[in-house]
Amino acid sequence: MSSESGAVIEVRIPTILRPYTGGAKVVSANGTTLRELIADLGAHFNGLDERIMTDGTLLKFINVYVNDEDVRFLGGLDLALNAGDKVTILPAVAGGANNCGAI
Amino acid sequence: MVLRISADLVAALWEHSEREHPIEACGVIAGPAADLTPTRHIPMENSAYSPTFYEFESKALLGLYQELDDLDEALVVIYHSHTSTEAYPSRTDIAYAGEPGAHYVLLSTREEIAPRSEFRSFRIVNGVVTEELVEIVGD
Repeated sequence: MSSESGAVIEVRIPTILRPYTGGAKVVSANGTTLRELIADLGAHFNGLDERIMTDGTLLKFINVYVNDEDVRFLGGLDLALNAGDKVTILPAVAGGANNCGAI
Repeated sequence: MVLRISADLVAALWEHSEREHPIEACGVIAGPAADLTPTRHIPMENSAYSPTFYEFESKALLGLYQELDDLDEALVVIYHSHTSTEAYPSRTDIAYAGEPGAHYVLLSTREEIAPRSEFRSFRIVNGVVTEELVEIVGD
């Protein structure tokens, strides 16, 4: 799907972001790091990258997993990716009476 | 829109909320993907342990989605309690609401109202909150 360098990675897209992928639940993208992978998603699906990261950081409303591990505990966006890795994106389920949006 | 839900499930959500009070309780009700009937109560741990914030622990959240996928179930209801305010989505609730197909149920366990008097359901889509009727079926 992409001519950029990096392994081809399968990415599972949550319902709320499927309008960006034409409804596709699983897409492929390239990247040697998670940051590159998300940028590649944005290159193919306009705006999708901005729903996952802005200003070089992951949005707090979104959880990203590589091989079932939360990337916040693995090095975040600089995490190196390898062929065959599986990436899952899910909306965080959170909220509460606090109106400050704290986390 | 209407949330049609069994009296048993309503009672289970109240019991969970009252047990956790003054910490916010949270969880989901799963149901068959084919008809989206709320069927299976899955209480979740509030990893924030806060009276004003809740969050599903991230690994548990992933496990939940994988389990639902395996069972051809969907996340029909996402609920949490407000322990000192009304059962209405806060700005934080709206900012985080990431499941446009789910019923967002809020229960208030604040002490100045009658017990079990505020159980409300909402759709939250693109930041827009729409309250819906709650129809309790069965005894």
